[in-house]
Amino acid sequence: MSPRVRLWGGLLIAAVLLFGVAPALLSDFRLNLLAKFCCLAMVAVGIGLAWGRGGMLVLGQGVFFGLGGYLMAMHLKLSDAGPGGVPDFMLLYGDGTVPGWWEPFRDPVVTILAILVLPALLATLLGLAVFKRRVRGAYFAILSQALAAAFAILLVGQQKVTGGTNGLNGFQSFFGFTLSDPVNKRMLYFIAAGVLLAMVVVVRLIMNSRYGELLVAVRDEENRVRFLGYDPAIVKVVAYAIAACFAAIGGALFTPIVGIISPADVGVVPSIGFLVGVAIGGRATLLGPVLGAIGVSWAETSLSESFPSFWIYFQGALFILVVAFLPNGLATIGRLFRRRRSAPAEPEAPVPEPAALETSGKTT
Amino acid sequence: MTEPMPTTAAPLIGEGSLDPDALETVIAADETRFRHDYLEIRGLRVVFDGFVAVAGVDLTVTQGDLRFLIGPNGAGKTTIVDAITGLAPATGSIRFGGVELVGKASHKVARAGVGRTFQTASVFDELTVLQNLDIAAGAGRKARVMLRRRKGIPDAVEAALETVGLAHARDLPAGVLAHGQKQWLEIGMLLVQDARLLLLDEPVAGMSQAEREETGQLLQRIGAQRTVVVVEHDMEFLRSFASSVTVLHQGSVLSEGTVAQVQADPKVVEVYLGRGAGARGSSKEAS
Repeated sequence: MSPRVRLWGGLLIAAVLLFGVAPALLSDFRLNLLAKFCCLAMVAVGIGLAWGRGGMLVLGQGVFFGLGGYLMAMHLKLSDAGPGGVPDFMLLYGDGTVPGWWEPFRDPVVTILAILVLPALLATLLGLAVFKRRVRGAYFAILSQALAAAFAILLVGQQKVTGGTNGLNGFQSFFGFTLSDPVNKRMLYFIAAGVLLAMVVVVRLIMNSRYGELLVAVRDEENRVRFLGYDPAIVKVVAYAIAACFAAIGGALFTPIVGIISPADVGVVPSIGFLVGVAIGGRATLLGPVLGAIGVSWAETSLSESFPSFWIYFQGALFILVVAFLPNGLATIGRLFRRRRSAPAEPEAPVPEPAALETSGKTT
Repeated sequence: MTEPMPTTAAPLIGEGSLDPDALETVIAADETRFRHDYLEIRGLRVVFDGFVAVAGVDLTVTQGDLRFLIGPNGAGKTTIVDAITGLAPATGSIRFGGVELVGKASHKVARAGVGRTFQTASVFDELTVLQNLDIAAGAGRKARVMLRRRKGIPDAVEAALETVGLAHARDLPAGVLAHGQKQWLEIGMLLVQDARLLLLDEPVAGMSQAEREETGQLLQRIGAQRTVVVVEHDMEFLRSFASSVTVLHQGSVLSEGTVAQVQADPKVVEVYLGRGAGARGSSKEAS
């Protein structure tokens, strides 16, 4: 099968499942859950690019997810309050006036632009500062995680303008559509599913582009890339900014779908949670992060319903098993079997790909 | 410093043989472009935490020269290459083609026309041979081009594939290549990168005699046009292919000249070739 056929075939199957099968089979409640998982999967798609292909262990994606979520929440609160109105929680905790930096987000266009641009801009600045100084590996992971912790603490501390621990919630409408209406909830699901599919296509295009090849080169031999005349910092920043943008879009859709965004969704624990699904699914593959994130979230919800205190052990066990036996994730299970089967024929050849076997077999 | 190289070469994948004729296509470019290229190092010092690795080295390598840097372990050979490419902290002056390189970031040094290889072949193992070369050829590409899929093979890349004898292996991941082939791939990457100064760190380590021969001839042809500096332990290889030699000892230049001149220098015989008879010192004694 040519890669093009596989792409379009895969897309078609995914579209039928997401837009046909799922809405037909699932209750409104379950469909809303799936919409939420789609939002989490958007973060995972970005992590797959930054971590799987770019080698950056992004442990703080909660920051960008939260930025997107809060930007959207601010707009929803303001539009619920009406023109010139003051969001309810500000009357409760604050002095009843809307701070100046909230005002621009009354406008829906400004809000959407801000969601698309601000987190990516922050990631670019942060990435330039970090990668230019050649901060890598565990140090980068710790730094990004510390940022997530700091962001959550900041949100809790500024209760008057951010809603504090409660976060922002109780939204009534989404760009003019009443959120209590099940039809509009469905529409939100379709938006989330469509955006997720689009992101997968974008990442596939990036993976197959020259930039995608260069990104893998930077991941594996950063110094060598440098001596070829590229600045690896720039290469990494691009992937990091794309991952941030995807996370922000995920957060922005998460807010109306779940109905609340709070510091509990953006801190250290959720940031690590984003990573778990990606690691289990297969970080360097195209579909591994998406399916891993949706699968893990789905398992979490259904297992927690039947065995409320059991999930955390199951997740831990799954994580250990995958890391121990399939370090590149479940998506690579097929590759493992292929290698097992071809191993007896050519026991000494260190050949990772079947294509390589065919060629080397001719001469040896 | 590095793992000992295997004494016998690993089996090559496919029929591996260099094609010097294809080189003509890669280096067919205008000769005048290289006319003013020469490497001029003055008073180079490299100090790591108080340890003086390179103590005031002066070195001039002109275009068309194939210069070998030799010396016992710790003489500062690789450190000089590191200093030129911005990897080691250097003071003094390193100029190539009229551009000062000291203090420049590594990727800017590369853009000034300087390419290097490493003792352990460092190619991108998971990418194919073709992708490796394509990346090496692309540092000047615009973002618009980078974000698109590679369509076709650039001429320079195709010619380099032929030159380094890897045309049949173009779609193999570079990680499965034999050691010698990886070294060739690296030389190919330097060619498509359009490096005008090539710094090669032990390019024939781990190669068979026949491969050394081919590599040496290839380097001579490249050296006729560009500036090439080779760090090497193998005296046999040096005698066959060096057009000039610089002997380093404890971070300073001990002797410089043709192979014959250097071998006749009593200082060199004393510290490097050792134990009187001298001239037939092998690489094993040297290291």
